[in-house]
Amino acid sequence: MNKDILICGVGGQGTVLASRIIAAAAMDEGSPVHSAETIGMAQRGGSVTSHVRIGGEAYSPMIPFGAADMILAFEPGEAVRNLRYLRRGGIAVVNTAAVKPVTESLKDTGYDGSEMTAYLETKCDCIFVNTEEVCAPFGSSKFFNIIMLGVAAGSGHLGLNRETLLKQIEKYVPARFLDVNIRAFNAGIEIAGQANPKGEK
Amino acid sequence: MKRYVMGNGAIALGALSAGVRLVAGYPGTPSSEIIETVSKVPHEGVHLEWSVNEKAALEVAAAAAYSGARAMVTMKQMGLNVASDPMMSVAYIGVKGGLVIVSADDPGPISSQTEQDTRRFADFCRIPVFDPSSPEEAYEMIREAFDYSEKYGTPVLFRPTTRVCHAYASIETPDDFPSGTYDGFERDPSRWVIFPRLSYLNHGKIEQRNREIAKDFSSFRFNTVEGKKSQKAVVASGVSYAYVKECLKGRDDVRLIRVATAFPFPEDFILKALDGVEEVLCVEELSPYIEEQILKTAGKHHLPLRVSGKLDGSVPHNGENSVELSSGILDRFLGIRTGLEQADLTDAPALPVRPPVLCAGCPHRASFYAVKQAMKGKKAVFCGDIGCYTLGNAMPLDMVDTCLCMGAGITMAQGLSHMNPDITCFAFVGDSTFFASGMTGAVNAVYNEADLILCVLDNSTTAMTGHQPHPGTGRNMMGNAVEKVSIEKVLEGIGVKKILSVDPLNLEESVRAVRECAAEKGVRAIVFRSPCVALTKPEGKCVIDADKCVNCKKCIREIGCPGLIISSGRVTIDRNLCTGCGLCGCVCPAKAIEKEGKA
Repeated sequence: MNKDILICGVGGQGTVLASRIIAAAAMDEGSPVHSAETIGMAQRGGSVTSHVRIGGEAYSPMIPFGAADMILAFEPGEAVRNLRYLRRGGIAVVNTAAVKPVTESLKDTGYDGSEMTAYLETKCDCIFVNTEEVCAPFGSSKFFNIIMLGVAAGSGHLGLNRETLLKQIEKYVPARFLDVNIRAFNAGIEIAGQANPKGEK
Repeated sequence: MKRYVMGNGAIALGALSAGVRLVAGYPGTPSSEIIETVSKVPHEGVHLEWSVNEKAALEVAAAAAYSGARAMVTMKQMGLNVASDPMMSVAYIGVKGGLVIVSADDPGPISSQTEQDTRRFADFCRIPVFDPSSPEEAYEMIREAFDYSEKYGTPVLFRPTTRVCHAYASIETPDDFPSGTYDGFERDPSRWVIFPRLSYLNHGKIEQRNREIAKDFSSFRFNTVEGKKSQKAVVASGVSYAYVKECLKGRDDVRLIRVATAFPFPEDFILKALDGVEEVLCVEELSPYIEEQILKTAGKHHLPLRVSGKLDGSVPHNGENSVELSSGILDRFLGIRTGLEQADLTDAPALPVRPPVLCAGCPHRASFYAVKQAMKGKKAVFCGDIGCYTLGNAMPLDMVDTCLCMGAGITMAQGLSHMNPDITCFAFVGDSTFFASGMTGAVNAVYNEADLILCVLDNSTTAMTGHQPHPGTGRNMMGNAVEKVSIEKVLEGIGVKKILSVDPLNLEESVRAVRECAAEKGVRAIVFRSPCVALTKPEGKCVIDADKCVNCKKCIREIGCPGLIISSGRVTIDRNLCTGCGLCGCVCPAKAIEKEGKA
């Protein structure tokens, strides 16, 4: 199996953990995995991406434009910024809650992400998640990345078993938060089940 | 065992599996995780250090290699400029134990000041260079780099680039790493003391040896030829090889040649690989190094070969390569189509811009703001330096007038002061940069009677590159608590007469200190000391009293803290970001912002 998954968001949203879990789960299923992350100066409040390439036919550490099977976007503007990576027929799993850029308060551009989600809908199959709403029952936005991972798993486009993903979540999250993370993951799967991505029959 | 590691981790593990006994370096993106990986895996018997700078690191490692031990030095490409003095000389002297100098290049540049090419340095110093194209290869290749270094008694360069350093792959390594053995230093002044006569003799031997290495490299296993014999061939190196391979995936009608050892150039290999080829395209990053070597080889052997690359405009000189860029270049050269279908996104809405900024609560913001306030309406110039605080240039602070290279802030403030006596000259330097190369500039300023105010922004860590310790932090990479080197005492020893230490988060006190220094002459220093917010737990949050707030937005306009946002038209504190530093409260004309729990 060859799968290219691009995870994008804003520094501090937990994209790295999500990419580690996906990579580890794929390895656990016996696939060769490569990944790449943007780190360094770009990390401070900036756009971040993790490229996860599953399968033996990946040479470039980064996914080529038009090759990603899924974009897992933790922020709607970042989904649009990285849309050129998505292949025809690929799917975007997008958090609709916008993260305002730090410059926004200096120069009010009115950015709230709605324009981005509207644009995404015209371009590809999407599953939208309002994580602010979904996180509410958990009392914290901390589990947001695991919810997103659950949505990705539930969409059926990740190509990985839920069980192997759960096994890696167990490894990567602190034991005292394990239960709530499992609930977050399952909540994500449920959201994906209810979603009806544009164009999907 | 199988480990999923970053390219930098692969380099560290490769060196450990090669029995390295000493690893030294100075942090710099994209190289920093090499030393951090060594510190995280079992490495008994290995001396590990963050040196004060790259020159120190290379000298420490060279002496280890003189002792017969395997040693590795790590740095980013500009660090190699700092280390070039010892590197040039140790290239003449040679080594006994393997000495690998890892210099990570940064095409783009993504987080660097220059787009320089370490392979040029290898040629300049006449020492071999290894150029891995993936983490897996980096792991294997660095082990061979040690072997070559010992075989030919020369230091060698190892040159990964950002995309190799920061890529992850799964690597099979030993569970633990028994450290290698070595003889110890043997006194031999005729070998280890550099003198003109020795350099003259060794120069001749080095050129002779390099011809042998070039022959040896012609059968190096990472110099490869793939695809059928064709009239047109592509030569690539480093991560560009991976990009080209990605583009040519599934086809074998194009000859793809990879050169992993740019210097000494494996001429026999390239002659054989180019047999029957009429046109060759060179895809490489930074400088057209391999392209020039092929042109030379073609000239020397009168080959009827057309060479394309950077020199004829086929490949851009600046910036990094990518699959997309390579695809376009290959399509034009080969007359094929390699790219994937892409959606038309020209109608995309304007995207939010996310420039890097100082973190919410960063003490550097407060330091800059204090100087700005104190110097309002006066003629002043602000010389910046390399670190997080370069971000003090962003609006609304706008407090960086010059930035050149590590440690240059102090010496440039000195130069400006001599030529512009009517302007108050400030130099901003971080704690790690102060130890790296700021101290010598301070000595120069005192000795040459400069008129400047040196602001040391001491956040007790090397923040920009990922929080490495340094001489002022009181701990080292051997895991030991050591005496902290005091910045104030260093300045005192240098002869700086006025040294003030302030907490930048106390705005009033800080402004007073700047005014006091501005009123005097000579070299004056202010140490702004407050720990990096990324390493400390916030004490509380700031809150805005909605009854008092007049929504004038002065806090946002003056300090531009990301923790201050506009929500439903009102200035609001983002509780996820606020660290409770209180600077906004100092700025507020309505006294509407207070620390939680206070009052």
